[in-house]
Amino acid sequence: MNSTSAKRAVAKSAFNVDTIRADFPILDLKVAGKPLVYLDNAASSQMPQPVIDRLVRYQKEQHANIHRGVHYLSETATAAFEEARGKLARFVNAREEREVIFTSGTTESINLVMHGYGRKFIGAGDEIILTTLEHHSNIVPWQMLAGEKGAKIRVVPISDSGELLVDEYEKLFNERTKFVGLSHVSNALGTVNPVKGMTAFAHARGVPVLLDGAQAAPHLAIDVQDLDCDFYAFSGHKLCGPTGIGMLYGKAAQLERMQPFKGGGDMILSVTFEKTTYNTIPHKFEAGTPPTAAAIGLGAAIDYLSNIGMDTIASHELELLDYATAQVNNLPGVRILGTAEHKAAVLSFVIAGVHPHDVGTLLNQDGIAVRTGHHCAQPVMQRFKVPATSRASFAFYNTMAEVDTLVAGIRNVQKVFA
Amino acid sequence: MADPKALYQEVILDHNRKPRNYGALADANHKAEGHNPLCGDHITLALRLDDDRVGVIAFEGESCAICKASASMLTTNVKGKTRDEAEVLIREFRDMATGQLDTATAAHHLGRLTVFSGVRDLPTRVKCAILPWHTLHAALNSAGETSTESDQDPMHAPIGDA
Repeated sequence: MNSTSAKRAVAKSAFNVDTIRADFPILDLKVAGKPLVYLDNAASSQMPQPVIDRLVRYQKEQHANIHRGVHYLSETATAAFEEARGKLARFVNAREEREVIFTSGTTESINLVMHGYGRKFIGAGDEIILTTLEHHSNIVPWQMLAGEKGAKIRVVPISDSGELLVDEYEKLFNERTKFVGLSHVSNALGTVNPVKGMTAFAHARGVPVLLDGAQAAPHLAIDVQDLDCDFYAFSGHKLCGPTGIGMLYGKAAQLERMQPFKGGGDMILSVTFEKTTYNTIPHKFEAGTPPTAAAIGLGAAIDYLSNIGMDTIASHELELLDYATAQVNNLPGVRILGTAEHKAAVLSFVIAGVHPHDVGTLLNQDGIAVRTGHHCAQPVMQRFKVPATSRASFAFYNTMAEVDTLVAGIRNVQKVFA
Repeated sequence: MADPKALYQEVILDHNRKPRNYGALADANHKAEGHNPLCGDHITLALRLDDDRVGVIAFEGESCAICKASASMLTTNVKGKTRDEAEVLIREFRDMATGQLDTATAAHHLGRLTVFSGVRDLPTRVKCAILPWHTLHAALNSAGETSTESDQDPMHAPIGDA
């Protein structure tokens, strides 16, 4: 037994997927008369009972507007909200809690950096480096900025296996390079990118780096101090939390020098019609009443995941991925897109002669939920010259038996289209 | 909800496998492109109107089975019809696919095209079936390009997000 499998075996002894599944009421659902096989976790994960209970307790016992009242409920809600911020700070190993900004999700986090940092510090002729693997949410905001400022987007290419060409990345740098936006894990292919080294390379040239962690945070232990990124963004609903909440980590020094993204209540210290003084971070970036319940629910989700342990989660998911990859590779006429050496639990595939949307509709008939389409990553689809793929994405509550159901489902699709 | 299996009936699978009237049409006098940016379906429909009647018609493109079979059966059904008769089929097909026309109880001219009635229970697939018919409408009216994402599209609805 090599050290990796030994580590997995240890983690597995403490991990019982049936016990875990009992925490997720939705997994008992029947779809088209069949037990639900939920393999669309990269789009959104499901919520365990402790998180549902926390949301209910907040609404039943603790709700009021935060940071405003002096009454009991407002203070209780404020404390719970700020406690959730602390949980997120520890989850990503931020130096300080004020480096964690609540947003509506990864998309808003990236837009915040574009408006707060990009519009202030990126100008005409400047260059922004992105990669072919980016989700549209880490492409479009920067295109909007480039259009507004006359800046330029440079794109890191990928190999046939879906890995970033780091040599090409390094060649893109010049004196006009002002920003780097990188996905930590590709949503379409599952590639885990070597972001730590790429960040160090950018920093050596004085260029700040934003990491899109939407697909990484659910699967890997995140340490923003070790990664040394300037910004790290992810969404709560992919982490067993509610929709409408996510976070942006930013180094305090960067957040301090940025301009606010949205104006309104809570982000100010004083307002007159002549002059407004902005609040300190993180509040400078949190105008208006936040989705308090969702933030507290995300805190509960972080507790839930941390109790299981991100390493245990990663080890079970990699076992699922390895097994699924081997099974699907055995199917003639099925091609896996994204064969990087280092991957998270995403299996993107195409079946010869069958459009992914037909695959998705037929799998759904077997109770299997997969994502079909371009995964909001059209440059990746263009790179592989396919209009779309089918994508099975695993969470720690998925089982080997569910992988078998998927494989049987794919065989059935091939039979229908034979 | 109807059994999706019912949608993938042999007639649809057959038209997907061996699409009729597939290819380019050199002497077309009406032509349109149809395209669903969200799922990537893309077809070109070309036809020749002789004395207001569809003389020849052909299509080509990249799409899912539902869209391709719908386009293939469209061509066999529309050939020889007048422009007005074709417009009736377009309207009836759209109403069937969106659940506004119950072909089991109401009068219609759809014939075997009723094999597509099952899409009404699959909201994300309705547009796949309708796209060729939108494109035919555009071709007959000589609008160059149609899209299931256009503002005029009554079926406007996102297919999905990441």
